[in-house]
Amino acid sequence: MNPALTEVWVYLAATPLVWLTATLLAYQLAVLVFQRSGGHPAANPVAIAVALLVALLVITGTSYDTYFAGAQFVHFLLGPATVALAIPLYDQRRRLAKLWLPLLLGLMAGAVTAIVSAVAIAWSLGATRETLLSLAPKSVTTPIAMGIAEKIGGLPSLTAVLVILTGMTGAILARPLLNTLRITHGPTRGFAVGVAAHGIGTARAFQVSEEAGAFAGLAMGLTALVTAFVAPWLAPWLVGRFG
Amino acid sequence: MINALAALLAFQLVGEALAHLLRLPVPGPVLGMALLLAFLLFSEASAQRLRPTAIEMLRHLSLLFVPAGVGILLHATRLAQEWLPILVALVGSTALAIVVTALVIEHSRRWLGLDHEPGTD
Repeated sequence: MNPALTEVWVYLAATPLVWLTATLLAYQLAVLVFQRSGGHPAANPVAIAVALLVALLVITGTSYDTYFAGAQFVHFLLGPATVALAIPLYDQRRRLAKLWLPLLLGLMAGAVTAIVSAVAIAWSLGATRETLLSLAPKSVTTPIAMGIAEKIGGLPSLTAVLVILTGMTGAILARPLLNTLRITHGPTRGFAVGVAAHGIGTARAFQVSEEAGAFAGLAMGLTALVTAFVAPWLAPWLVGRFG
Repeated sequence: MINALAALLAFQLVGEALAHLLRLPVPGPVLGMALLLAFLLFSEASAQRLRPTAIEMLRHLSLLFVPAGVGILLHATRLAQEWLPILVALVGSTALAIVVTALVIEHSRRWLGLDHEPGTD
């Protein structure tokens, strides 16, 4: 690079502006790819944007801390966006009042399945104890999952990554799986994605319909609640059994 | 839009404060969502005012997970060493959770006679 450009880069790279802008541009590019693909679930915007940014950080030799100093402004909006889920849920209040029992049963079954199957599969393939404990809370929203991981002896920052990877996986798998099962009921589809794949699954459900999104958001909140009570005793017990 | 954002932040703040005070294992924003839902049941007009901002925000919910996702950089070594158990566990367990949740809901809807929804809006 020529010296003047290098100097501008060194100056800008130290400000939050560069990585905040890069995050928004990478996301816009990812959305464009998603739309060009005709809304194909495999072209998940989170996965594409993350891949672009990771490549950019590795090429420019930028640390995650430097990146996050800029990107934290986007990250912060997760809080108010979670609160905003109350509005689509309010719009679905009549169906919610009718469906609460089936949803509750699905929630219990799905939340426990997520914990037990993650630990069992990873153990059978030889994952280390720390990885097993970090995997257990992977299906719930990041702050809760990190709190659980810390309590049971996992690595909270590893859990954060596993949570995001779970979300992308769920967003990609949901449509083919639910179509194979021939499930057409919108609330069921949304709720199942929310239980398995928290906020990223919810974002995916909103791409399909506000109805599916509302039930996915509800599932995300309730799964966080159930897992926060169940995982701290279930996960160490499972890992003790297997490990 | 600013009014709506202020309302969302205020509910998050109350949620965070309550979760901390009562030592609840729920994240503050999730509690804030529950409180806002309860509030909206008494105030239809507030739902109308919040709706445009809320829907616009939720349309771009994916964006908000990108910064945390880039954190994958920090765990490159472990992911490279244990990629097989992690990959199979993530895919297998996420697929199982989706299938089990959906099947339990569909079967219990049928048992309870809720599979025909008259007057679905």
